[in-house]
Amino acid sequence: MRITRKTAVKTFAAAAAGTAAQALGFSIARAQAEPIKIGLLTILTGPLAFGGIQCRQGIELFLKEKNYTLAGRKIELLVADTGGNPAGAKTKAQELIERDRVDFIIGPFAAFEILAISDYLIQHKMPTMAMAGAIDLTARTPNPFLIRASATSAQAMYPLADYAAKVMKLKNVTTICDDFAFGYEQVGGFQQVFAGDGGRVIKKLWSPLATPDYTPYLVQIQGGDGVVQGLTGSNPVKFMQQYASYGLKGKYPVLGGETAADDALLKSFTAEDAVGMINSCPYSLTYNSPSNKRFVAAMQRTYDDVPGLNAATYYIYGMCVEEALKKTGGRVDDKTALVKALRSVSLADSPRGPFHFDEYGNIVGNIFIRRIDRVNGKLVNTIVKTYPNVSQFWTFDPKQYLATPPYTRDANPPILAQHG
Amino acid sequence: MNLWLVLTINSIAMGGLLFLLACGLSLIFGLMRIPNLMHGSFFMLGAYLGVTFLRLGLRFWFAAVVAAIVLAAIGFGIERLLLRRLSGQALAQVLITLGLSLIVADSCLLGWGGDPISVNTPPALSGFTAVFGAPFPTYRLVVVLIAVFVAIALWVMIDRTRLGAMIRAGVDDPAMARVVGIPVPRLFSVVFSLGAGLAGFGGIIGAPILSVYPGLDNDMLPLSLIVVILGGTGSLLGAFVGSFVIGFLYNFGQVMFPALAYVILFLPMLVVLVLRPQGLFGTLAS
Repeated sequence: MRITRKTAVKTFAAAAAGTAAQALGFSIARAQAEPIKIGLLTILTGPLAFGGIQCRQGIELFLKEKNYTLAGRKIELLVADTGGNPAGAKTKAQELIERDRVDFIIGPFAAFEILAISDYLIQHKMPTMAMAGAIDLTARTPNPFLIRASATSAQAMYPLADYAAKVMKLKNVTTICDDFAFGYEQVGGFQQVFAGDGGRVIKKLWSPLATPDYTPYLVQIQGGDGVVQGLTGSNPVKFMQQYASYGLKGKYPVLGGETAADDALLKSFTAEDAVGMINSCPYSLTYNSPSNKRFVAAMQRTYDDVPGLNAATYYIYGMCVEEALKKTGGRVDDKTALVKALRSVSLADSPRGPFHFDEYGNIVGNIFIRRIDRVNGKLVNTIVKTYPNVSQFWTFDPKQYLATPPYTRDANPPILAQHG
Repeated sequence: MNLWLVLTINSIAMGGLLFLLACGLSLIFGLMRIPNLMHGSFFMLGAYLGVTFLRLGLRFWFAAVVAAIVLAAIGFGIERLLLRRLSGQALAQVLITLGLSLIVADSCLLGWGGDPISVNTPPALSGFTAVFGAPFPTYRLVVVLIAVFVAIALWVMIDRTRLGAMIRAGVDDPAMARVVGIPVPRLFSVVFSLGAGLAGFGGIIGAPILSVYPGLDNDMLPLSLIVVILGGTGSLLGAFVGSFVIGFLYNFGQVMFPALAYVILFLPMLVVLVLRPQGLFGTLAS
């Protein structure tokens, strides 16, 4: 049965006018009048809520801007709090899919959450838009129903390594990351490009996610000409504070990953501790595009806060849903077609600039290299270089890349030819 | 930077901070016979309140003392209104403290937001002091001094005052203490309130080092529990020694056995539990 918007509007109007609705016409009207349901899996409580709350703000901003109507269809957003753990993610995903019968899932936030439910999402052919960076979700063992508009864990690290080697002319660096998969993938990605450019990672430090005091790691930073940190959550704040308190700041410049100096995190730093840090991120607050200006202004107006990568990505997911619905004419019943539409979304203007998705559903777009500056007493990320069209495969040959083993904690990744 | 020297000094500094947190827990555990699972929450709440007082323009040390007093009052209220109603039911009391810790965590998230907050070191203490020729952050040394000061004050109170004698009697044998006319329930309020106040004080004192963030409670609670179990419940000396032992294990363990960071912390606790269940300096409960 093919339902076009025109017939739907006609039937709906007829029903509204009070003419007797025929059985068929009525059911069509209802099918189209029922809102499209988007399930938001995010983290609103617990230690990871910092990022999760912003995810929610991002998508809600977009939907409010569009008056909860995309491509002519009403949108209903169902928010579920996973609590930041895999079991919670599973429970809430089941509720959203089996009870609420959502048409899309946006989220979850953390890698260990999506890894716990990815198979379940595939079973239900659920079009999913995730934040988590776990590389193989869109690489070696891809989830065919997923799109990722954030970045893989390594995606922002490739340009950072390129910048470190070619612009900063660093030769030997020490890395420090949280001791979990996101850390391994960040360091692996950095090292793969940095080593390819002739640099060397002289020491890899792994600190537990809960590390109150970084001193035992700071004392091991000796020699070399830079420190690369890919810490997450509140850890970058602690780290930079303690890094400065041991006088290391003047000694080795710090380079950070996408979570190390997120725009939304900047207000948490003590200025003296963080000024000068170079960092790499798929989104930047000061990026000059019409939709970013609109987005930042709305964020400030509505939440009295500045957005970072989390809010921006979820805002962009809103844009993706709208574009996909335009392509399917507002239809959501054919999941495969819906995912296809999502993956073919390509926008010239978004808060992070132009982007499209690769054949695995991962975003190809800008990566910004920024420097933390102090402007009028406030910390801001100044864009010092923009790498356009960065894909999850960097400038490697995708086939070659996919044939290499995943990044791990201790192994050095093989050096691949860069075609940039 | 001399690696081992800095690690040694930092072990002591961290031990000092841990002592501020753990001494109260040890007294509560020893007297009331319950592990207070919201002790980390007191620490975090103290830090958050301290941040608010600092934002209101209070001086750092003044803010720390006010935060401690507020926390002591909160602790007093919790003991009076909740724990006392369940006296004698250790399991129920433990569950209450666990529940409250979750409530405090989400209340802090609501009140102070999820963004981590860094706290400036008091300006006079923000530089370095040479210790055996190695430059070491002055503030961390001051934390050790504060811990030693608190330890001495507590020791005087426990060992030299009437109140202290009553607490000791309560720790050693609560039934007998009651029989000889010691108001044990009132001691519970005093000790719980004191423990909460000290933990809150530790929270804001630790803030310039640790910063303040959601989850700080969960980071600190296990450390304080290990300290208390290692040192022996109800023993001030045990908490003191335990804090520094953990300080050393944490610092040296993470450098020497990075992959076993948690094993290094918890293994000694297991060994002590198996070989000497009452802890290094604890006395066996009758």
